[in-house]
Amino acid sequence: MFGAVPTSQAAIAVSNLGKTYRLGAMGERPSTAAQAAWTWLRSTGRANFTLFDALNEVSFEVAPGEALGIVGRNGAGKSTLLKILTRVTAPSRGQIELRGRVGSLLEVGTGFHPELTGRENIFLNGAILGMTRKEIQRRYDEIVDFSGIEKFLATPVKRYSSGMYVRLAFSVAAHLDTEILAIDEVLAVGDAEFQRRSIQKMRDAASQGRTVLYVSHQLQTVQALCSSALLLDRGRLIYSGTVEGTLEAYRDSFESYALAQADPDNRPGDGRLRLSSVAMADEFIKSADPIVIEFAAPAQPKLIGSYFISIHVNNDQGLVIAQCDSRLTGFWLDPAVPQNGRIVIRDLWLKPGAYTVDAYVCQAGVLDAWEGAWRFEVLPDLPYPEFTEASAIEKGMVFTNYSYESR
Amino acid sequence: MDTELQRTVIDPPGALNLPSIRELWGAREVAVRLAQRDIIVRYRQTFFGIAWVLLQPLVSAGIFTIVFGQIAGLSTGSTPAFLFTLAGMLAWNLFNGALGRASSSMVGNQSLVQKVFFPRLLVPLSSLASVALDFLVGLSLAVILLFVYGINPGWQVLLLPVWILLILLLGTGFGLAAAAYMVKYRDVGYVLPWLVQVLLYASPVAYALTEVPATLRWLFDLNPVTWFLEAFRWSLLGSTPPISWQVVALIVVSPLVFLLGTLIFQQNEREFADYI
Repeated sequence: MFGAVPTSQAAIAVSNLGKTYRLGAMGERPSTAAQAAWTWLRSTGRANFTLFDALNEVSFEVAPGEALGIVGRNGAGKSTLLKILTRVTAPSRGQIELRGRVGSLLEVGTGFHPELTGRENIFLNGAILGMTRKEIQRRYDEIVDFSGIEKFLATPVKRYSSGMYVRLAFSVAAHLDTEILAIDEVLAVGDAEFQRRSIQKMRDAASQGRTVLYVSHQLQTVQALCSSALLLDRGRLIYSGTVEGTLEAYRDSFESYALAQADPDNRPGDGRLRLSSVAMADEFIKSADPIVIEFAAPAQPKLIGSYFISIHVNNDQGLVIAQCDSRLTGFWLDPAVPQNGRIVIRDLWLKPGAYTVDAYVCQAGVLDAWEGAWRFEVLPDLPYPEFTEASAIEKGMVFTNYSYESR
Repeated sequence: MDTELQRTVIDPPGALNLPSIRELWGAREVAVRLAQRDIIVRYRQTFFGIAWVLLQPLVSAGIFTIVFGQIAGLSTGSTPAFLFTLAGMLAWNLFNGALGRASSSMVGNQSLVQKVFFPRLLVPLSSLASVALDFLVGLSLAVILLFVYGINPGWQVLLLPVWILLILLLGTGFGLAAAAYMVKYRDVGYVLPWLVQVLLYASPVAYALTEVPATLRWLFDLNPVTWFLEAFRWSLLGSTPPISWQVVALIVVSPLVFLLGTLIFQQNEREFADYI
């Protein structure tokens, strides 16, 4: 487990890792030379940027053969950590020692070219992912078998269905023979059967003594796949150890996270308009009750054009259960006046448990992203007329309003 | 699993980041596949296919011959105007292609740069493959025309590979530096084609250096494009020999530009994913 491995034997040893991004005064980097020159002239050489620590003082070790889950909320630094470990970007501080080659799978189909055939893409993608020509040739038949698209190997992948595309891309990646494998939420795509095979493939990788790094928002998959986990919160390592411990720490960390997010300066988004409050009348509701969330935003006369709001309801594993975008109901807000509004979510029968609310204010870009704006609990009384044993309700993500009828 | 594991240490980038030959060689398959992709994709789903490679230098050399030779009435010395222009075009396209493709290669492959690691230098270097292919096809065309016109360039034809290498080094060197800056500032992508166009008209591609008015001659003499055009044509067509100080300058400046371009590229290499 963690810490018990001497440095010389750990597959990955990370010490005091930090990554600092330089953000321009406007929260963006100048993207044209003229802009850069202008900013520089105005500042006359003064440091006119803010520093943002995406990661700070992160240290941990991973033993060979371990399947490590990396969890954390948006902006916690998960992806930055994975990018540094896979050498896509360089750290600002600290050091990493890797024993073995690292194969990465940050997005399915990296480097696929639509004009190339399936076969050509296998070789291109394999090379980009770090396989040698011999390795690809040796495993070519396996890759083709696993993808199940033998018939279309001579067809340009632009004519593939999205399902076929993902299958092929994943097959190549799943046959990476590197000692360390880094994966960022790729299991979310593909059909159920394919997902099952993919998870099996990851388990095999770990049981063959390979080290797997898995970054995810979905705590369930981490639970299913990983033998240990670590939790990041705003660039810092909060917890590392067992998967259960990490999940618990994740739930516990909500309080401090929500407190930090209540301060608009800590929130992502360009900040041209910030919500002043997001709240419900009570922290407890019953399943089958309508969910009413009130929100308020100050007037921001400088903002041109109306804006919209999107409210998400997430379960305690961070999975988005419902996304309620006001564009879909034709609801737009005028920034010239202060706004007080509410959303009424009907017919969403949540199962008993803790839920969190995220609120996003957007125009063309995101103005305010307030995650963890509210937290509520669904009381454990069931919305159904009868009660039977627990097995009747344990499956399924939500309850639904159903009735059985004979005809 | 207990066989020798490759040990990698990742540190913050230092001031001088020299490319690791071992790493470049280890990832050579990436360059090969990227080059293959560039070439395949260019001619897939085209009706004339590879014939485009022949058509392009022929037509552009033809137009230049008409404009500069017939309309402007500029002399090309003792060499037939069309062949003179075609040879100039070949050398120019090699330089321009290396510069243009290398400079836009990083931005063109940004999805890769953001997602996976491999030595970034392989991206601009692999983009040279299709430039080289175009050049070789064009060169064979020029060789056929040498026989048609009955021209024997003489022993100096043996120096041709040297000029080709120097042209590639010069173009790629500028291209690498431009690629690194284009990652941060897309302006480079707008300014560069325009500069290159200006440079084309300011270089003796379709007319002999002797046609240049004496008052402007120093400008042409300082232009590195003049240096390699003269040397290249001398070797291929047996035309007037290049001025010796310009040959020396070419031999010194080209590798230097390549080295500088590589250093600029490498210095920014590890931050590309953050800026692109």
